[in-house]
Amino acid sequence: MEWETVVGLEVHVQLLTKSKLFSGSSTRFGAEPNTQACGIDIALPGVLPVMNREAARMAVKLGIAVGATINRRSVFARKNYFYPDLPKGYQISQYELPIVQLGKLMIDVDGVPKKIGITRAHLEEDAGKSLHEEFHGLTGIDLNRAGTPLLEIVSEPDMRSAREAVAYLKKLHVLVRYLGICDGNMQEGSFRCDANVSVRPRGQHAFGTRAELKNINSFRFVEKAIEYEVARQIELIEGGGKVVQETRLYDSVRNETRSMRSKEEAHDYRYFPDPDLLPLQLAAGFIEETAMSMPELPNAKRERFIQEYALTAYDAEVLTSSREMADYYEAAVRAAPDHAKLTANWIIGEFSGYLNRDNLEIAAAPVTADMLAGLVRRIADNTISGKIAKEIFEAMWDREGDADAVIEKKGLRQITDESAIERIIDDVLAKNPKQLEQYRCGQEKLFGFFVGQVMKATQGKANPAQVNDSLRKKLGGVLP
Amino acid sequence: MSLDRADVERIAHLARLEVDEQELTAYAETLSRILGLIEQMNAVDTEGIAPMSHPLEAGLGFRADEVTEFDQRELFQVNAPSVQAGLYLVPKVIE
Repeated sequence: MEWETVVGLEVHVQLLTKSKLFSGSSTRFGAEPNTQACGIDIALPGVLPVMNREAARMAVKLGIAVGATINRRSVFARKNYFYPDLPKGYQISQYELPIVQLGKLMIDVDGVPKKIGITRAHLEEDAGKSLHEEFHGLTGIDLNRAGTPLLEIVSEPDMRSAREAVAYLKKLHVLVRYLGICDGNMQEGSFRCDANVSVRPRGQHAFGTRAELKNINSFRFVEKAIEYEVARQIELIEGGGKVVQETRLYDSVRNETRSMRSKEEAHDYRYFPDPDLLPLQLAAGFIEETAMSMPELPNAKRERFIQEYALTAYDAEVLTSSREMADYYEAAVRAAPDHAKLTANWIIGEFSGYLNRDNLEIAAAPVTADMLAGLVRRIADNTISGKIAKEIFEAMWDREGDADAVIEKKGLRQITDESAIERIIDDVLAKNPKQLEQYRCGQEKLFGFFVGQVMKATQGKANPAQVNDSLRKKLGGVLP
Repeated sequence: MSLDRADVERIAHLARLEVDEQELTAYAETLSRILGLIEQMNAVDTEGIAPMSHPLEAGLGFRADEVTEFDQRELFQVNAPSVQAGLYLVPKVIE
């Protein structure tokens, strides 16, 4: 039987506010345990939550960006469960009336566009952290994260493969960083994903029973976890078994999902409206003002790059994959206006390669947009060849100065003097009589050999196009 | 709708409340009566009336996104039965 995969994702986005959702504690990552947990966060008796305006604004930004309905009135509810890193015994969340409803995100897999529905996005507070090691059978509780604002973004079960799920997740990841509402750091847990996975016979309308996968904290793991789970469910059903609705933990070391049965019985959260919090009401002005403050979004930017700079869809996609990358590109193009494509090539190739190699953010790159533009201008005006440019780029990366300084210092100016090149060619031909003889006898492949020798003799500084031309003329003369 | 002893046991467990064996029947009865009252209210025709999630006719007040709290860990941890390396220690909760 042919099976179809059905995936829906729940993404927890940690909002980039300075303070918590309902208290004035700092949300900074990495502080000493429990130094950013105030009376509200640790649930001392008598405290009351007060809503952070910026968190509401960030939720609205996401809502606008995915074309969703922004509910002018939403309601906070208590989700009740007991766990030591949840001091109140309930999490403040939104249940029946979330702040954002019914949006969509366009994804693209192998050039095929697809719309993924977003059911809802609601505001809630994060829990603390439990540390199970090192305490001799006890659990250590750090409440610094307790009360940090989260936006939980729930998709429709619209994805039909692990790859579509990853494409959606990446799209969302780019979007929240563009909007400046999340730093997207998956390692630190700022962007977390749970996946609801089921299978059904192809053609069947009704969904199969789903399993919820937790603990998938990288794009690669999302793909692998879903693929594993799909294979497990198919094998189970084909062997005469039944999928049970349950929560499963992904183990990246073993690449498998395991049942978390213990969580099952507690799945009764007894939601009710939080009596401590009045309904969250948004003035029309608040939503309008937020819409005005939105940056250009990735899709619009990508289309503009294709139009304005005559880039391929691929180039535009890569260059708009983050706001920093897009800003860097545009700054470089402003400084080298006629060389948009060449600039794109250098950013996607060399520049991104060095960033990855040294694990650097764009802001920390030693080669600024202006420096890159300086290099591109020298390639374009034939001062240097593309090959030498790589050498110069490396020198710039090692902080040896801008392109012009490196060219001067290292004497890398391209040799474009016709007679100089001809002299070198004569020299090369004289030194390689055997090859010249073979070339004459019809081994035309040796043309490349001569070009290589000339480039070597000039340490790569000869203009390759000119070398080709001159060599062709010379060899044309010696052919029988 | 009415609750039986097993329902009460389950609810008590969810709320982490200890309920005496002998009290179960009494709780089942009194809690069922509360549900009865809610059923009575449910039967009222509320067509066209907006649901009320809060008795006050007001919206939530906002605070500015500013850090206003400072570290009071030492003071708070005086109340904790066990702390180590700045962490609150509790009985192990993972299997």
